[in-house]
Amino acid sequence: MNWFYFSSPSTFYGLAGRLAPPSFILAAVLAAAGLYLGLGVAPTDAQQGAVYRVIFIHVPTAWMSMFLYFVMACYCALTLVFNTRLSAMMARAIAPTGAMFTFVALWTGAFWGRPTWGTYWVWDARLTSELVLLFLYFGYMALANAFEDPRRGDRASALLAIIGVVNLPIIYFSVQWWNTLHQGSSVSFKGTSMHVTMLAGMLVMSFSAWMYAIGATLVRVRAVILERERRAQWVRDLGAA
Amino acid sequence: MSRDLQLAWRHPDEAVLTVAFFALVASLFPLGIGAEPQLLARIGPGVIWVGALLAAFLALPGLFAADYADGSLEQMTLSPHPALGWASGKIAAHWIVSGLPLTVLSPLIGLQYGLTPDTLAVEAASLLVGTPVLSLLGGACAALALGARGGGMLLALLALPLFVPILIFGAGAAEAQATGLSPAPHLSLLGAGLIASAVGLPWAVGAAVRIAVD
Repeated sequence: MNWFYFSSPSTFYGLAGRLAPPSFILAAVLAAAGLYLGLGVAPTDAQQGAVYRVIFIHVPTAWMSMFLYFVMACYCALTLVFNTRLSAMMARAIAPTGAMFTFVALWTGAFWGRPTWGTYWVWDARLTSELVLLFLYFGYMALANAFEDPRRGDRASALLAIIGVVNLPIIYFSVQWWNTLHQGSSVSFKGTSMHVTMLAGMLVMSFSAWMYAIGATLVRVRAVILERERRAQWVRDLGAA
Repeated sequence: MSRDLQLAWRHPDEAVLTVAFFALVASLFPLGIGAEPQLLARIGPGVIWVGALLAAFLALPGLFAADYADGSLEQMTLSPHPALGWASGKIAAHWIVSGLPLTVLSPLIGLQYGLTPDTLAVEAASLLVGTPVLSLLGGACAALALGARGGGMLLALLALPLFVPILIFGAGAAEAQATGLSPAPHLSLLGAGLIASAVGLPWAVGAAVRIAVD
């Protein structure tokens, strides 16, 4: 088996086209199940009432915002080390989805914070570092598109993404390092302090977010491949067919 | 590095401009917000830090631009000297003409804000440790943005978010001293940041310059 078969944009283009629709379908099914569990089945929280239900969006998007940045940085490292073309295209395709998840995490957090903390926004360590993450995504996208030569944009923005990885552990551990308003995690590998249907709803929603991220990235990477390879013969054949 | 310093010495206006900008920004706040002594003492450390951060940021575009335009940057990457050497040299020169004068001047600005002597000392110490980190981070961003569209705005989008932690700990140190807490944790974190960035970022600057001149 040739492990590098799909590392060529022309072969990956077809694979991405085949994988994207099932990802979206799975995302929709899981989202429906997760929302049913979260909004219908899970019990109301004793202290927060129904307001807590925003976690079914907030927690999965916050997880994805960090995870996608990590995946993007890994693709960026591949770009810099092996000078591969597809990895840079994948990193570019991930960035907008990551930024969207970061924004949704901040937004839903604000709407949860208003009734619970009494304020939309505090300059808490986790909120601030998540905001920095949003700007890192924006900076990455701006730098990637700031050059005439796309390959140069790939490599410059890859280095920026790798420098920005420092922010991820800061976000993740901020609730332990600083004693601030944002509460610690209720879920860990040792167990959870939540009701089991709450946890199930959250995990199902996370998988849904995951599937959506895969689908959206694949669709976007197809567009990036077509744009970059528009002078290649196989793309012309595609256009002629 | 000696070349950069010599250039800066022969055209001192740029370093003087940085310092003048810093002093002006710091003087605008009392005029804009009001000059009550308690208020000034409360906001002083933060204002000085924001001013130093902006001054360091404004000096960034000049760090590589001229050398990039006249090709000496390319000569440096082709020279037998390791990238780590000249990258660190350029950043050190940037710090000496931007960060160091601000650190020296900060007690004077602090006096305008009515800060106590020990707060002034902590403020200067935090600037002494923090501004090199700004030069390192900013140097990496300036090298990445070389020849990019959108110049200054792009550089702001890249550099300012990375400056945020330094600002928090730097201003936090003087803040803690002013409110009777120990500034040591903040200063230690700044020092850790300085060591980490001094190890990693000159390498990143070298890599970024290589990408730029390729």
